[in-house]
Amino acid sequence: MAMHAHEIEEMIQAALPDAFVEITDLAGDGNHYAARVVSESFRGMPRVKQHKAVYDALGGRMGGVLHALQLTTAIP
Amino acid sequence: MSVNERIDEIVKGNDVVLFMKGSPLFPQCGFSSKAIAILDHLNVAYASVDVLQDMEIRAGIKDYSDWPTIPQLYVKGEFLGGSDIMMEMYEAGELQAIVDAEGLAKAG
Repeated sequence: MAMHAHEIEEMIQAALPDAFVEITDLAGDGNHYAARVVSESFRGMPRVKQHKAVYDALGGRMGGVLHALQLTTAIP
Repeated sequence: MSVNERIDEIVKGNDVVLFMKGSPLFPQCGFSSKAIAILDHLNVAYASVDVLQDMEIRAGIKDYSDWPTIPQLYVKGEFLGGSDIMMEMYEAGELQAIVDAEGLAKAG
């Protein structure tokens, strides 16, 4: 059920090609991750929209197979 | 009443409401726990809805806000974000600014 860090990274990267993506496995259990996503495309977007763009990149996995993703977004 | 109408009534009927897993005293998830800690630090009065007690709301709230996760914070009828956004806004002083600007009631 769990997702691998590189899967998460690849999905975000595919949707936001310019993004710098850093995934940290918080608990070492392949189930609790932190993601830091830095993308120029976030400029001018409110935070909710920035996070939503990342969730959309994960195609419905967020809140499902991916329970715990602590997300931080930023503009370069 | 549809679930969307029920949620709408809760969101519009409370200045600050958190949809969470568990209760403020006993959060059942780390993210909900973090959201509660932030609201407590702001010393703001808030209502909470335990989605684990209501499966209809648990599913419906994700459609209502088009947001995939819980907790979800609403202020004055508007969706603000989940616990990560709450933390970013808290650290940037933006949440306190909203509390002041909206004149939200203090806790207690």
